[in-house]
Amino acid sequence: MNILSLFVIIPTLTVLGILFTKGFKQTRLVAAIGMSIQIILTVALIYLFFQERAANPLAEMVLMKDTVWFESLNIRYTVGVDGIAVAMIALTSIIIFTGVFTSWEVNFLYKEFFISLIILATGVFGFFISLDLFTMFVFYEVAVIPMYLLIGIWGSGKKEYSAMKLTLMLMGGSALLLVGLLGIYFNSNADGGELTMNILEISKVNIPIDAQRFFFPFVFVGFGVLGALFPFHTWSPDGHASAPTAVSMLHAGVLMKLGGYGAFRVAIFLLPEAAVQLSGIFIVLTSISVVYGAFGAIMQKDLKYINAYSSVSHCGLILFGLLMLNETAMNGAIIQMISHGIMTALFFALIGMIYGRTHTRMIDEMGGLMKIVPFLSVAYVIGGLASLGLPGLSGFVAEMTIFVGAFQHPDLFHRIATIIAASSIVITAVYILRVVGILLLGPIKNKEFESLSDARWFERLSITTLIISIAAIGIAPFWLAEMIGFSLEPIVARLAAFM
Amino acid sequence: MQLENFLLMRHELVLTLIALLVLVFEIFTDDARKERVISFTVVLFALATAIGFLPQGEGKLFGDMFQVTHLQTFMKNVLNVGVLIILLQSAAWLRKEDNREKISEYFILMLTTLIGMNFMISSGDFLMFYLGLEMATIPIAALAAYERQQLRSAEAGIKLILSSALSSGIMLFGLSMIYGMSGSIYFSDVQAALTNNSLTTLAIIFFFAGMGFKISLVPFHLWTADVYEGAPVNVTSYLSVVSKGAAAFIFAIILFTVFNKLVALWENLVYALAVATMTIGNLFAVRQKNMKRFLAFSSIAQAGFILLGVINAGALGMTTIVYFVLIYAFTNLAAFGVVSAIATATGKENMSDYNGLYHTNPKLSLVLMLALFSLAGIPPVAGFFGKFFLFMAAAEKAYYWLVAIAVINTTISLYYYLLPIKAIFIDKTDTPIATFKSDSYMRASLVICVLGIFVVGLMSFIYEYISELTTAFGL
Repeated sequence: MNILSLFVIIPTLTVLGILFTKGFKQTRLVAAIGMSIQIILTVALIYLFFQERAANPLAEMVLMKDTVWFESLNIRYTVGVDGIAVAMIALTSIIIFTGVFTSWEVNFLYKEFFISLIILATGVFGFFISLDLFTMFVFYEVAVIPMYLLIGIWGSGKKEYSAMKLTLMLMGGSALLLVGLLGIYFNSNADGGELTMNILEISKVNIPIDAQRFFFPFVFVGFGVLGALFPFHTWSPDGHASAPTAVSMLHAGVLMKLGGYGAFRVAIFLLPEAAVQLSGIFIVLTSISVVYGAFGAIMQKDLKYINAYSSVSHCGLILFGLLMLNETAMNGAIIQMISHGIMTALFFALIGMIYGRTHTRMIDEMGGLMKIVPFLSVAYVIGGLASLGLPGLSGFVAEMTIFVGAFQHPDLFHRIATIIAASSIVITAVYILRVVGILLLGPIKNKEFESLSDARWFERLSITTLIISIAAIGIAPFWLAEMIGFSLEPIVARLAAFM
Repeated sequence: MQLENFLLMRHELVLTLIALLVLVFEIFTDDARKERVISFTVVLFALATAIGFLPQGEGKLFGDMFQVTHLQTFMKNVLNVGVLIILLQSAAWLRKEDNREKISEYFILMLTTLIGMNFMISSGDFLMFYLGLEMATIPIAALAAYERQQLRSAEAGIKLILSSALSSGIMLFGLSMIYGMSGSIYFSDVQAALTNNSLTTLAIIFFFAGMGFKISLVPFHLWTADVYEGAPVNVTSYLSVVSKGAAAFIFAIILFTVFNKLVALWENLVYALAVATMTIGNLFAVRQKNMKRFLAFSSIAQAGFILLGVINAGALGMTTIVYFVLIYAFTNLAAFGVVSAIATATGKENMSDYNGLYHTNPKLSLVLMLALFSLAGIPPVAGFFGKFFLFMAAAEKAYYWLVAIAVINTTISLYYYLLPIKAIFIDKTDTPIATFKSDSYMRASLVICVLGIFVVGLMSFIYEYISELTTAFGL
């Protein structure tokens, strides 16, 4: 049994296990056990990855396993990972693990809730291990559809509207993606070989430039919708604001990264020539995402909306970094995926916990929470500092690397775009510090809040896990950067040929 | 002609035998025990379905009027499976007081149409094709008017018979032109003789009009919604799955074999019809409040997706069409089964009646959810694979814009497929449909459908099997 397939099998078994549980406590226990096994698996995977890589340092992907699925179409279930995929898998298992503990007290239709949540995670895990475009696409859609029920049933606010909007926009994105994937598939024999869906094999084919130019926008926008590319980001604020806590965490933390990962693994890697030619258009769009998202966050009064807009901004930065098409910036973009994933999950978890206590998410109705719930408040400050890029925390490493990479382009267009995008750091500081000032510091506005209790054990567990991860990346980014950088080399080498 | 040649007609003969046996059995059953006909027929038909899967030879009969290949045998089996599911789903409804006196008529009419479809699929000339088509259409009109006490059922019957008469008249006109040009009605002669000229164009357009009626392609779809709504649920599911599937099969066979030299002529027609059918079917489905009308329009849109396989005009196209129809049978029958169970138990058919259904009838709700996800093309259920491969078939011939239009339509369709799901899981009501237990026939049929929805997609051997059959068919 390949260890990578276990990442899909264990959640599936967990779902089956939940079906047979009786009562709320058993259900959440099974969910927690299943996701803890995922964490252990992740540790094992990282160990195995380094071992395998030491054994054959030239392999692009390790731990590969290839099984025929639809033989006549040459569709296969191919799995394999490089450093980037391993990092993304680690991110996913951390967030789903903490997500389960954040949902420790969801007791309305609890079985259905945990099943949907874990199916969502299954899709994400499957996406990151896949090397076959078809398999990848299957998992991608598996990840999107439980969102409708999760937001529609357990959400808050105008949940039905948000759920429908999110589902339709994401499926619209995947519809574009489908066209692109079919285009890549039917051009994968351009060098005379067999039609294939295998990413590694396609990456060795020179797809005709006309086809590349035609399909690159389909694939990039298809993934870009998920990665909150302007102007297709509008599902994100509504969706995140209405979703239940764990779903917001998973969605902003992992699912949006799926967009970035796909844009880079499929669009840029497989259609490099078009990526070089067309990157300018998308750099403009992502620069808008970055700045627009940050300004949007300033204007909001609802904590979840603030964080949702900030996610638009930060995820825009991921795509921005990827589109710079050089090793430094792409490295930064991928660190940003991990860093923002954990950071935003931390934010959404904290917002959910605060909302669970105060029953409001409006910042001007709260104040002085530092005195009442110090644990949550301190965690919020740490998350905020990471978000605005304080050295020593993960956000700094990521953004710094992206902008250094972006500045390596000597031409005026890239310089201007970089300066505009970099200005978001300042705007980020404004909305983060504003929230910290109003929400946490200052006088206690509502006397009823004085009796609120601080975080309970399961909340502390998930918060602490996330904070440790943020600090670990911030203090020791080199092992992550090295793991990613090594895996970026084949991609960068392929791009360099067309620069 | 030797005896074993007759075995090539095994499907048709077995069905005829069952129809006669049902008639005899009914005579010897006393009036108080009429319901026995139901179990008798269902068991016999299940046997017939099983027999259908036994290995069978290939060959031609009656001077090439009738031809059997493994692919055509498989198509008939697909239809058999669909009918078996429908018969299971009909049991509870047939036991109702109004229907008890005409149980055997229901079965005989349905089996007759099925025989007609089998002949149609196996036809080797246009005469047999037309005979099969008529035999498959006229009894359905009687079925649609089955609940004759109800005005709308009678209306459905008359609408169906009138519009089908018109469309088959148009098609006959087209076929007569083909005969006039080629001097023959045999498929092989016609294939060799036809050339691309303006009369051929007209003939093919008329042929499309006739088939478009059966498959309910826009603009020949106007009868669909009214008939689907008026006819009893099980007849509606028969129309939308089996009848449509059979027509799609023969449509593809004739286009890919008889008219294969004229691809340049008909591919534009298919393109236009596909775009119109998907888009209009979808846009009308969005507004429906009645579940039967809703499924009617959704099935129009699904027919549009089938055309993406047709435009391929090759092996991949045929494979994906057969595969899609198989999946569509399981999927749509699951949805219709739930609608039928609820309509039989409570008489409710509107989407708003389904509010809060999950809290009272969780199992039915989950089946309906799976079916709708499969119709919308969401993995891991089979509908995704069916649609993906159809899109692939169109993309193989570089119709990328058509695929783009189709996927946008898929997104639109997702909107309305989510509406019943929203009603079932999210919307609240004070008067939900009370908890009820459907009979064992219905439950068996839904189990078959759900198994089909999972197995046909995820397990690739079925697709591979169809692919081999298509290659052997010579495409």
